[in-house]
Amino acid sequence: MVVLGFSASRWHRGDLDLIEEWGLAGRRFGTFVTWFLLGGDLYTAYTFIAVPALVYGAGAFGFFAVPYTIVVFPIMYIVMPRLWRVSKQQNYVTAADFVRGRFDSSLLALAVALTGILATMPYIALQLTGIQAVLTAMGLSGTGLMKDLPLIIAFVILAAYTYTSGLRAPALTAILKDLLIYVTVIVACIAIPMQLGGYGHIFHVAEQTLPTHKGSVMLSPKLFSAFATLALGSAFALLLYPHAVTGSLGAKSGRTIQRNAALLPLYSLALTFIALLGYMAIAAGIHTKDTSLVVPLLFLKTLPTWFAGFAFGAIAIGALVPAAIMAIAAANLFTRNIYREYFAASTGPNREAQVAKIVGMIVILGALFFIVVIPLQYSIYFQTLGGIWILQTVPAIMFGLYTRWFHRWALLIGWLTGMVIGTGMAAAESFKTSIYPLHIGHSVILAYAGIWAIIANIVVTVVLTLIFNAMRVSNGNDSTAAADYITEPDEKAVAQ
Amino acid sequence: MQKQSKTGLYWLFLLPFIGTLFPSFYASYRPELAGFPFMYWYLILWIFLVGILSGIIYLIDNH
Repeated sequence: MVVLGFSASRWHRGDLDLIEEWGLAGRRFGTFVTWFLLGGDLYTAYTFIAVPALVYGAGAFGFFAVPYTIVVFPIMYIVMPRLWRVSKQQNYVTAADFVRGRFDSSLLALAVALTGILATMPYIALQLTGIQAVLTAMGLSGTGLMKDLPLIIAFVILAAYTYTSGLRAPALTAILKDLLIYVTVIVACIAIPMQLGGYGHIFHVAEQTLPTHKGSVMLSPKLFSAFATLALGSAFALLLYPHAVTGSLGAKSGRTIQRNAALLPLYSLALTFIALLGYMAIAAGIHTKDTSLVVPLLFLKTLPTWFAGFAFGAIAIGALVPAAIMAIAAANLFTRNIYREYFAASTGPNREAQVAKIVGMIVILGALFFIVVIPLQYSIYFQTLGGIWILQTVPAIMFGLYTRWFHRWALLIGWLTGMVIGTGMAAAESFKTSIYPLHIGHSVILAYAGIWAIIANIVVTVVLTLIFNAMRVSNGNDSTAAADYITEPDEKAVAQ
Repeated sequence: MQKQSKTGLYWLFLLPFIGTLFPSFYASYRPELAGFPFMYWYLILWIFLVGILSGIIYLIDNH
């Protein structure tokens, strides 16, 4: 897999000294590779560990991940090809590039770039929890430096191959990683229920056991609004994460993305069965306070040792692929929207790629620092906040793809409002959950804090747009043309 | 190459939102299927439906 990562630099060879080549692989990936690349984004090692852990602890609520990964595809089908086309026409590498061109505001672009980088860092760190959980379950948890040594080795490899090959490295390893993961999921979801007496029995035992953890196999009516808003908000946020944007822009056409919207639900199916591992762990009598160990302990208890080892390998590799894509995406943002904008306006394209490569390394090492030095719990809190924050870029990016009606300063202040409100709501819940109970009159509505924040964000943006337009505050020039959003390149010409 | 937009068709994409974001319609145990309570197999069914829907819209879109 390491060899694969390094040799990826030779594949569909391009000039890796250009940021479009390093950071987007020259926008040349076809349906097949894009499928693995975006699939790798959608379900990572963290998903593999965290979703069953949530189901194990909270029951049906953890299945919000299913409607979330259903509604994400219509949004992807409609929105992402537009972003791809305008980015192709205007040579944009990041979503913040688009915002800068569309709204003529480097400050708004900076806001989008910072949001992306802030949300991505803890996400990379969390990929490591997958590796860590696997190591702990295997009894390989040493002390002191030994505890972190395998992680450090994994990250040095990751940093080195990302540096040399750019987006091509995770794309190629994603194929291997997902084949391992699909085999693991299929085997686990057939073999484990056979041992435990079938799915009916698993649901039954979970139903009997769960109330003691304050959860249930059936969603209770008071959680309906929280379940639905979390699914909806997460779906919009997912596509605007820098790694999802990078994965999409790496495709060779808008149509490639549309084909993927139809093919990617296979990953949602796998995710559903991964979530069911949480119930299987209950039925198998796994007891642990550290819920990140649920899946590794389940595998050790119910599968032959050699296969559990295979599955652990899959989870570990599953951590590196998305971590690499995230690091590249964060590096693209930093280079294009912070470094070039504020530190070196006249950078040539070669210098830009050089900076991106180095920043990619720094991001990976920063994530390593996050996980080794900062307690895991903080990474989880930050990741919860990350989703709320990313959602606040929806008006500038997604609405911006369709209309320039919104005023650039209104978008910026709206974004700030959403960030403050979303963070405040999460803080009010001590960052333990992203669900916030809003008191309206005498009733209480439970909903995803990101949704409350985006509502405030949109209201502020609309009101201020009206005010700024009435005051004739300059709204800058749009450097994109209407045709940029719908011009699809000839795929046959691109494939050369 | 300019693509004629067929945005009317995209209204069909509202179906998965309506189908999956209102748990009050599907949060029940019965009818069960192969040991799965209704909520679970209903959501799994939607995974297939959203793939098929996107596929059909893609084919019409690019016909």
